[in-house]
Amino acid sequence: MAVHSGVTREPGHKKHKATQYIVGYLRSLILTAVAFGPALTHTMRVGPLIVVLTILAGLQIVVQLYFFMHITEGDGPPFHALFLVLGLIFTFAIALMSVWIMGFPAFMAQVS
Amino acid sequence: MMAMPDAMYGGHSGVTSSDKPLEYRDPNQSVKILGFWLFLATDMLLFGCLFATYLVVRTHTDGGPTARSIFDIPGFTLETFFLLTSSFTGGLSTLAMRNGNKKALVSWLAVTIALGLAFIGLEVHEFIGDVAAGATWERSAFLSAFFTLVGTHGSHVTVGLVWMFLTLLQVAKRGITPITARKVFVVNLYWHFLDVVWVFIFTVVYLSGRVM
Amino acid sequence: MPSGFMQFADKYLMWKEGPMIWGSDVAILLVSIGIVFALTYFHKWKWLWREWITTVDHKKIGIMYLICALLMLFRGGADAELLRTQLAIPNNHFLSAEHYDQIFTTHGTIMILFMAMPFIFALFNIVVPLQIGARDVAFPYLNAISFWLFFFAAMLFNLSFVFGGSPDASWVSYPPLSELGFDPGPGENYYLLALQITGIGSIATGINFLATIFKMRAPGMKLMHMPLFTWSTVAACVVIIFAFPALAIAIALLTLDRIFGTHFFTILHGGNPMMFVNLFWVWGHPEVYIVVLPAFGVYSEVVATFARKRIFGYSSMVASLMLISVISYFVWAHHFFTMGAGADVNTFFAVASMLVGIPTGVKVFNWLFTMYRGRIRMTLPMLWTIAFVPCFAIGGATGIMLAAAPADYQYHNSYFLIAHFHQVLIGGVVFGMLAGMYYWWPKMFGFKLDERLGRWAFWFFNIGFYVCFMPQYALGFMGMQRRMYTYPADMGWNTLNLISTIGAYIMAIGFVFIVIQVLYSVKYGERDLTGDPWDGRTLEWSLPSPAPHYNFAVIPTVTSRDVWWELKEQGRTDELKPKAEDIKPIHMPKNSARPFLMGLAFFVAGFGFVFDLLWLGFLGLAGVVACLIARALEYNDDYHIPVHEVVETEATLGRLG
Repeated sequence: MAVHSGVTREPGHKKHKATQYIVGYLRSLILTAVAFGPALTHTMRVGPLIVVLTILAGLQIVVQLYFFMHITEGDGPPFHALFLVLGLIFTFAIALMSVWIMGFPAFMAQVS
Repeated sequence: MMAMPDAMYGGHSGVTSSDKPLEYRDPNQSVKILGFWLFLATDMLLFGCLFATYLVVRTHTDGGPTARSIFDIPGFTLETFFLLTSSFTGGLSTLAMRNGNKKALVSWLAVTIALGLAFIGLEVHEFIGDVAAGATWERSAFLSAFFTLVGTHGSHVTVGLVWMFLTLLQVAKRGITPITARKVFVVNLYWHFLDVVWVFIFTVVYLSGRVM
Repeated sequence: MPSGFMQFADKYLMWKEGPMIWGSDVAILLVSIGIVFALTYFHKWKWLWREWITTVDHKKIGIMYLICALLMLFRGGADAELLRTQLAIPNNHFLSAEHYDQIFTTHGTIMILFMAMPFIFALFNIVVPLQIGARDVAFPYLNAISFWLFFFAAMLFNLSFVFGGSPDASWVSYPPLSELGFDPGPGENYYLLALQITGIGSIATGINFLATIFKMRAPGMKLMHMPLFTWSTVAACVVIIFAFPALAIAIALLTLDRIFGTHFFTILHGGNPMMFVNLFWVWGHPEVYIVVLPAFGVYSEVVATFARKRIFGYSSMVASLMLISVISYFVWAHHFFTMGAGADVNTFFAVASMLVGIPTGVKVFNWLFTMYRGRIRMTLPMLWTIAFVPCFAIGGATGIMLAAAPADYQYHNSYFLIAHFHQVLIGGVVFGMLAGMYYWWPKMFGFKLDERLGRWAFWFFNIGFYVCFMPQYALGFMGMQRRMYTYPADMGWNTLNLISTIGAYIMAIGFVFIVIQVLYSVKYGERDLTGDPWDGRTLEWSLPSPAPHYNFAVIPTVTSRDVWWELKEQGRTDELKPKAEDIKPIHMPKNSARPFLMGLAFFVAGFGFVFDLLWLGFLGLAGVVACLIARALEYNDDYHIPVHEVVETEATLGRLG
């Protein structure tokens, strides 16, 4: 393996800019504000509101992954992105399908 | 350029190339980053199961405190602000690391830790208030699930704080090397991940709890 | 004796329960003394510490997993024999009802979590780095942690038998039965804590092998050049990292209920016991694929080697592995069709369950087509592989019957189900693991296991298997339910139960033959001097047996699938022999005592929580945290083997080109 030279490096290379991080931060603040607004002011009906909130949260994932976590960078093929997407699918599957199963849909339809 | 007798105990002879970000340049370190991404994927599932449990027993309050009655709007709004900002400052520490600016790196890590501490302080304060009002996790399934979900996130943040502090110490001692660069990058990945989880907590638990 | 001691003995050592406990106490005591004595007498303590306990070498960790798996197979098997003895005749009171409950609980838990899991991990560890041309796994230190977590979890679980009482709410431990109100003893806590600890280790192993396979292949080895066992490891690890968190949460929440008074799954205060069932099977179903996928990998290697043909339909094999690992995630509710979630839920999960049969069928046909017109050698691995095909086909067909939701209302929790899952788990997993053990044994130890004794074991085990489990399908149809302690004589079940028990005894004889075979072969087994005793196809057979601890003196460059076979065909095997001038210092991970200490700390924590000794529990956790902090501050954990040492080793092995 590498024999580490242990130097503080990066002389003469392009300087990385803070722009990306600032843009990311602003977007996450805006998305949060957009979510808090209607939720706390009761300006929307509950059903559509939940859908909107979920979409906004989904966008926040993208913001963090792209602007802060550098998901698009890496060494070699993007296996990490592949597994993350698969994990996201499974996560949502567990949460939503558990609600579906445990809601006893057939039973509830009968009572109501 | 680093001397490369043999890439690593793996057969993968990674080529060190300087157009990759610092933390990926040494194959020994880049494999650890992949490993950490995989860990985040499993941790996501862990939270997924807690969210599933919360969603299922959300309304099972057993006549006790409800979501609407215990969630404190200014409290969780402030928590959200602190954590989002700390994710940003954590990002700035990665930036400083990539620019080889040790002083800025240490400072941004310190700022991130301070914001994280503020977040934890608020959360502990919120929990103490809930318990004092009789909303303990023994009271109902809803409260069990609420405290466990939010508390698991909180304990993750606490672990992150300790870990970030240890990373800071090492950067201060050894400077920015391929190893400390990887450590900085990975602890920040963890931190941003916790931010994402928090986004879902305020969406699914707090905001939905207020409206439903 | 003082009454304080007698109270302790009654409560924790369960001495009033009779000879079975006394016998176990004596046996444990004698074995422990024997081990300590032998280690001291032969001056082996240092050797044990340096070569095994602190090792991070994947090959040694693999061997330790294998030894544990075989020991646990014995424990789980002994449980099975006790259960079948109890059920041999009606109105039997060989065991008390309580003991019967405990034994079926430990049988199931041990076989799945402490036998099947370490067995697959043994093969991952021993085979994967060698197959892909790596010198170790991606995270050797973490690998050692995984092993010691498993080891101490297994210790904790087995300790329950002689200290405090075994768990008795079955391996699925459904609440509310497993809640404190109905099951106050420490047994259930043992189950929860032991599973939690071993589960953490399993997730780490999953991450470790994915990183290893994706990042550390030899140069030139594309993904579609990888041997199928390596592919099956990928598939299993994908399922591990996504399914095990669900188990962790399910049992963590139940632990909170039992120790900290929460109400997730209680009936009181709005808890919902069915949510445990739901979460448990989110893990539980994928879990059976976790253990069977590596077995599929073994079959693929064995069939290709002993039919001396390329595997038929390699790409479709890879595709089916991946499809199985994803679809297996969407079938969990078929374990509780009878819960009554409704026709739409049940339909979805019934269809998904049947879909898994398709890629599995593809694989079975591919194995058959590989054998077709091959020059088959009937070695032990091949025998077990051939026995697997019909066994798994029957198990699969009965699985499809169970997957039909309306029909499941008839089969649910009957002996039909018992017969089905034993058929896929024994016929699929155990046969596969044994085939893998026989196949890679020479690579691990440098000698083959005796063929003749192995055949005796094979025939006893296989005939015993069918005698034991075929009657159980019929018993299921006749109304016999699982977990029945005993049954009246007029149900018409007597003959079939007796036959089934005889079958279980025949299987036990098969197991005894395996033990004799191992002991015999240590001394008389055929030595493997070439490193390639089976005329194999993949990279591990290009190395001497056992492989030197750095595996490859020079990392080979891979240009095709079955690279070793290709080189043999073209007479170019010398290309893989290292030349002295090509050898460079080899980068290796350092040994560490910390994984062992961390496992020990987890054991202390687990033990504390089992007995509600919170101070002890948190003390153990503090030990864990101390290990983590020490690791976080670590800067270098590697060293280089100097060239002359590698050259010497290779020269001794007669491999220097």
